[in-house]
Amino acid sequence: MVDQPSGAPVADERIQRQSGLRRAFVRPELGAMAGAVLVFVYFAIVAGGTGMFAADGIMNWGVVSAQFAIIAVGACLLMIAGEFDLSVGSMIGFAGIVIALLSVHMGWPMWASIIAAFIVAMLIGAANGYLVIKTGLPSFIVTLASLYILRGLTIYLSISTTRQTIIGGVREAAQGDWLAALFGGKVLGFVFSWLADMGWIATFQAGNRAGQPVVDGIPMLMIWAVALIIFAHVLLTRTRFGNWIYASGGDARAARYVGVPVDRVKIAMFVFSAFCATIFATCQVMEFGSAAADRGLLKEFEAIIAVVIGGALLTGGYGSVIGAALGALIFGVVQQGLFFAGVESSLFRVFLGVILLLAVILNTYIRRLITGER
Amino acid sequence: MADNPLIELIDIKKQFGPVIALNGVSVSVMPGECHCLLGDNGAGKSTFIKTMAGVHKPTSGEIRMNGQKIDFANPRDAMAAGVATVYQDLAMIPLMSVTRNFWMGREPRKGWGPFQFLDMDRANQITLEEMRRMGISLREPDQAVGTLSGGERQTVAIARAVYFGAKVLILDEPTSALGVRQTANVLATIDRVRKTGVGIVFITHNVRHALAVGDRFTVLNRGKTLGTAKKGELTPEQLQDMMAGGAELAELSASLGGTV
Repeated sequence: MVDQPSGAPVADERIQRQSGLRRAFVRPELGAMAGAVLVFVYFAIVAGGTGMFAADGIMNWGVVSAQFAIIAVGACLLMIAGEFDLSVGSMIGFAGIVIALLSVHMGWPMWASIIAAFIVAMLIGAANGYLVIKTGLPSFIVTLASLYILRGLTIYLSISTTRQTIIGGVREAAQGDWLAALFGGKVLGFVFSWLADMGWIATFQAGNRAGQPVVDGIPMLMIWAVALIIFAHVLLTRTRFGNWIYASGGDARAARYVGVPVDRVKIAMFVFSAFCATIFATCQVMEFGSAAADRGLLKEFEAIIAVVIGGALLTGGYGSVIGAALGALIFGVVQQGLFFAGVESSLFRVFLGVILLLAVILNTYIRRLITGER
Repeated sequence: MADNPLIELIDIKKQFGPVIALNGVSVSVMPGECHCLLGDNGAGKSTFIKTMAGVHKPTSGEIRMNGQKIDFANPRDAMAAGVATVYQDLAMIPLMSVTRNFWMGREPRKGWGPFQFLDMDRANQITLEEMRRMGISLREPDQAVGTLSGGERQTVAIARAVYFGAKVLILDEPTSALGVRQTANVLATIDRVRKTGVGIVFITHNVRHALAVGDRFTVLNRGKTLGTAKKGELTPEQLQDMMAGGAELAELSASLGGTV
């Protein structure tokens, strides 16, 4: 050990300060921030008068964005750790069917069904990770296999037990269940009642809910999304484990050499991805009151696109949770905004493809700025 | 220079199946010494330092630290004993900041229980401090390692190893991919670290780099030690000859006008 120098460090006059602009430019979430602003400005102009930015309109795209955000957070940490999970969509369908089968078909209490679904899904996530680590195969291939295996199993399980691919009756089974309320309920209803009483948000004018506010609370889905974003952001930027996530994705061999448990980190991120997928599935099952074997189709790609728009590199080691959340917000706003603006909804996919391409090009450029590669 | 070697490797043999990679290599490193390990490609340099770093277990032979026989089960063991290795290509992660690289695997934390967070202020401050000691002024500690030159990256890796208590520092061809100026910087760093009492094993196949900082020189050829010489006992030409098998190279060298 070298002896420590005495005295506090002094500022070095030879250090040239970088301009704030340039520093901001190499932040991963910058592109997503600019994109989000653009998207809001655009829809404020073309759909400003349609109620898109009234309370119920905001809730509309807010919920969709929150759905994207929940799976994007899982995909984000996993991608920064250098891996993909293509089985997220299948996992959503699978976890939903597991909950419905156990609770409705087998008569388990709802809380036990939910916990069981989480355990099974996270075990599958761990198995994905373990296979990737042990075989050394690209996670792309391993999780592509689980995409098919899980989807097939989900349909098989559902049909062989109930002869249907949709299992209803979940809402009835969830009545009064403490854990189900954590996923299906709404909170802060009184705030919205108060806001409506003050005349700040609209109320229904007719029908059996006349006089009630158009928004009667914040769905737990949104609470989960915000909680996951905060948790993942703090984990990534403020903890030792977060540094290990960056290191595992940046260069697994270099990380191993200094003692970072790369295998454990990667497997943990696969488990976290499965955890996020199961939260998504549970919220969806509670909202619809049913589970269907085809739920979650293509969600894995939407999650990955949101993460990439958020500035993460497909090669791992770089990215941000806030960016991924903004990517999810852009998604939700555009998907619902096109509806408000009366634009043909199939154009949403065109938009996705184009923005994905732009994001990847921008990210590659930023990567060069950071690393000084030519 | 103290008389007791920090680390001694005695008659190390290593076989990979039928291939004999090392056939009786002995090297010792004194505190504050820069021991240069020279050899052409395939001479067994990598196998030897990996044995020293705990990556390989020797088939036979003995490793002693401070006179005590010791076995390294894995690189962590070796690191815990104070043997640190800076590999040429896997020293740093370019996309991560200098601070995050410096502390990777040993991040300082504050807080309690499940709420232990990175102590970034302290990490940044110590990183800046250690880098300045090595003669590098960083623009800021959160700049990415990718913005540093190859020589600076080596220096960060060396500073990291020294800060975390390396007693023996193995440098695997730290200068082989560098330009002239950067090489000079790394050699200066080696000199600076040596003066703090750390023993350095400097692997290279460049005789001039070795002679610039080396105190002793060991030449490996085909898995064997060709001998260890002190500074001043050998001319660059003799070293070069030993490395590449004498006569052949002399012939080659002559045909190239003595420039090899």
